[in-house]
Amino acid sequence: MAMLGSINGVLMEGLDGDNTWHLKDYVARGGYQQLKRILGNKISQEEVIGEVKKSVLRGRGGAGFPTGLKWSFMPRSFPGDKYVVCNTDEGEPGTFKDRDIMRYNPHAVIEGMAIAAYAMGATRGYNYVHGEVWLEYKRFEEALDEARAAGFIGQNILGSGFNFELFAHHGYGAYICGEETALLESIEGKKGQPRFKPPFPASFGLYGKPTTINNTETFASIPFILKMGGEEFLNLGKPNNGGTKLFSVSGHVNRPGNYEIPLGTPFATLLEMCGGMRGGRKLKAVIPGGSSAPVMRADVIMDCTMDYDSISKGGSMLGSGAVIVMDETVCMVKALERLSFFYYEESCGQCTPCREGTAWMYKVVHRIENGQGKPEDIDLLNSVLGNIAGRTICALGDAAAFPVQSFLKHFGSEFEYHIEHKTCLVP
Amino acid sequence: MFSAETLQKFDREVAKYPAEQKQSASMACLAHAQEEKGWLPPEAIEAVANYLGMPPMAAYEVASFYNMYDLKPVGKYKITVCTNLPCALSGGNHAGEYVQKKLGIGYGETTADGKFTLKEGECMGACGDAPVFIVNNRSMCSHMHPEQIDKLLEECK
Ligand SMILES: NC(=O)C1=CN([C@@H]2O[C@H](COP(=O)(O)OP(=O)(O)OC[C@H]3O[C@@H](n4cnc5c(N)ncnc54)[C@H](O)[C@@H]3O)[C@@H](O)[C@H]2O)C=CC1
Ligand SMILES: Cc1cc2nc3c(=O)[nH]c(=O)nc-3n(C[C@H](O)[C@H](O)[C@H](O)COP(=O)(O)O)c2cc1C
Ligand code: SF4
Ligand code: FES
Repeated sequence: MAMLGSINGVLMEGLDGDNTWHLKDYVARGGYQQLKRILGNKISQEEVIGEVKKSVLRGRGGAGFPTGLKWSFMPRSFPGDKYVVCNTDEGEPGTFKDRDIMRYNPHAVIEGMAIAAYAMGATRGYNYVHGEVWLEYKRFEEALDEARAAGFIGQNILGSGFNFELFAHHGYGAYICGEETALLESIEGKKGQPRFKPPFPASFGLYGKPTTINNTETFASIPFILKMGGEEFLNLGKPNNGGTKLFSVSGHVNRPGNYEIPLGTPFATLLEMCGGMRGGRKLKAVIPGGSSAPVMRADVIMDCTMDYDSISKGGSMLGSGAVIVMDETVCMVKALERLSFFYYEESCGQCTPCREGTAWMYKVVHRIENGQGKPEDIDLLNSVLGNIAGRTICALGDAAAFPVQSFLKHFGSEFEYHIEHKTCLVP
Repeated sequence: MFSAETLQKFDREVAKYPAEQKQSASMACLAHAQEEKGWLPPEAIEAVANYLGMPPMAAYEVASFYNMYDLKPVGKYKITVCTNLPCALSGGNHAGEYVQKKLGIGYGETTADGKFTLKEGECMGACGDAPVFIVNNRSMCSHMHPEQIDKLLEECK
């Protein structure tokens, strides 16, 4: 099954695992009705964008930027090619929701992209798929063939005069390509190294043309928003946090997997849906939004609801909705060591603070974990991370610094114990 | 250099991009080239570059930037193990140790018979199914506990 559980599910409702992803099944669920309605009734671009704005859909890729607002930045009447690009690069440790959307509901992504293209006057699109997921890439290509044959993408869609060509682009193993401008470089057939922002992709995007990039889940939400109306979608969630969202839960729970729940659902409810803690052990910490999000102590997250505002008030960020659950047996030094290695490995090397800083942080955390830490190492880590934040081209630098900063802040005593006793506090 | 089938795949990729942006197909063409050759020897990279009308250096840059291209020969079966934190919490490291022991090699090594190469990988976007392996960049294997690992290695003939 696609979803292990849902409350008021929208995106993944009515799906039956691998059996119902085809065009005919999607159409039977009411799919492509919104594209037909918009093109058939000549609904204006402003009206479509207005509906998305009303829904307060916030970007599901991690930054939570309001989608309707982003769409309104596109110079719609700019002559020449404009692009919409879908970000299915999903490489943030803990995140595995976009893979399931591609697997079980690929046509929702295609319809969402076609509607987005219409609303922003774009005529071409690409879906950039994480290199590690091959089957989902192939399935998406199959879905594209189905949609093309049925006239939902291509030239003169449904006789409306609107053209939209859509293709899939397969990545080949680079976390940084999830960053939107690195992703564009990668589609251009180059190394995936981020560009300076601004200019944002809306003014200088793919091949230098106006481009809007959204996450897979963001696009997949669009047909449902237009179907139920922006306001109703918003009301599924809570003010400023519209709709339902997919949460990928991994780690020490009984049933890791994807769950679709309304934004604003208590964390405790989500934990219960996952069957609670594995082995009945005690919750120690949660990273609520993918590895780049600051870690939270159990008592803090237990009082939070799962939405952008509550998690941010709790000192972290909702990010991609990847909830990494850790119980009392986890050594926080070891956990951080692995994450620091990841950022060190995946830094693209363009900016000195990120390239050198990620190497330093890994080296120092590694030696603390291995009983060779020095008393001054904690200050050293704090000074290294202070030199990264805000001094880099892209947010990977910050993403590498947040875990270190938050692990030290909330679990500093474990690091001190390691340094002093050359061994672990956790049995 | 490449089979007719591979060249056909190249053309299919090139067709996805505007005519003056053939270089965009380089990632996919390099992947198809690697699939045919087993790895990416310099001649293959150069041939892809020539095919797309881009400088060979630019194709090298792509081939060396992305982790899934193999610039050195690998075994018949390249097994990549995800050891990132979410997987590690559900046995990713144990799975990695088990397969290392069974094959008698460490990460980055190839068995003497040239059959298996082991690699350590980063998050594959499948953490809910941990432990996770990918075989030859294409086939994702979920819930890789010792029994499944035994089965996988047996199936790799
Ligand atoms: N899903 C995943 O696998 C991963 C997600 N992330 C997430 O990515 C986030 C950072 O992403 P960024 O793209 O660097 O964030 P950002 O805040 O720079 O941008 C967010 C989006 O809004 C647009 N935008 C922002 N301000 C704009 C303006 N003034 N004009 C026009 N457009 C504007 C950007 O183009 C982008 O599409 C992190 O918060 C993290 O949670 C990070 C790693 C992996
Ligand atoms: C290092 C890094 C990696 C990222 N990886 C992804 C990703 O895999 N998927 C994604 O949708 N966004 C990712 N993002 C965020 C994108 O840059 C961008 O904000 C997002 O795709 C916009 O879509 P949205 O507005 O629908 O969220 C990443 C950002 C950074 C800094
Ligand atoms: S912050 Fe790091 S990953 Fe981002 S551009 Fe700079 S070096 Fe590359
Ligand atoms: S951490 Fe292993 S697949 Fe995500």
